[in-house]
Amino acid sequence: MIKVLFFARYREQLGCSELQLGEEAGNTVSSLRQLLSDKGENWAEVMRHPTTLVAINQTVVSDDASIAAGDEVAFFPPVTGG
Amino acid sequence: MPEISVQNEDFSVAAEYDLLCQEFGAGAVVMFSGRVRDMNLGDKVGGLCLEHYPAMTQSVLEAIVAEARDRWPLNAVRVIHRVGQLHAGDQIVFTGVASAHRGAAFDACEFIMDNLKTRAPFWKKEQTLEGDRWLEARQKDLDAAARWDEQERSADNCCQGTKA
Repeated sequence: MIKVLFFARYREQLGCSELQLGEEAGNTVSSLRQLLSDKGENWAEVMRHPTTLVAINQTVVSDDASIAAGDEVAFFPPVTGG
Repeated sequence: MPEISVQNEDFSVAAEYDLLCQEFGAGAVVMFSGRVRDMNLGDKVGGLCLEHYPAMTQSVLEAIVAEARDRWPLNAVRVIHRVGQLHAGDQIVFTGVASAHRGAAFDACEFIMDNLKTRAPFWKKEQTLEGDRWLEARQKDLDAAARWDEQERSADNCCQGTKA
């Protein structure tokens, strides 16, 4: 199982802050993005947004990064703190 | 006193200054505090809500402070970021740096803020008369943070040149 988190604008847009997924998520960020895109138009929009950031276990990664069981994957928009 | 705090509560700049001054070797203390503006993009702002990714925020801020310590000799560093509901005029963020001399203190304080703004997972949602809106990241913040990477690269090249 992996845990998938969504923050800020994306959490609101998807009406979802957290998902648990099994093997269907695949083993890369790309395969996970594809699975989530298929959930509906609002999901596809978030997943194809060019500035969407992805973190695995709290570190920002690129789309070819591997995902393993037990990982925490987070999708979020560019940060605006400070 | 922890170096980094992410909290709902307000902070006292005077109290933080006293803590940064505890070591007598620090001849320079530079502090920055960021506040909620009452105007943004031409609209009156009543307040904002700050969301973050708790498990990641602490580790990113720790990494930024560690990078600052690698680049400059720092006696003390303090970073505070508030989360939750804030109102116009409220303090949001504090960065304080103590060092022997002012050059390192100014640079390190700005380096920490530039990196915090572009790397730490915080998001602001503003409340205006037109409704609530998530803030967009700004290119000028990304440019400000990228400037430090360029400086590091040119410093590396300079060293390589000296060795050759």
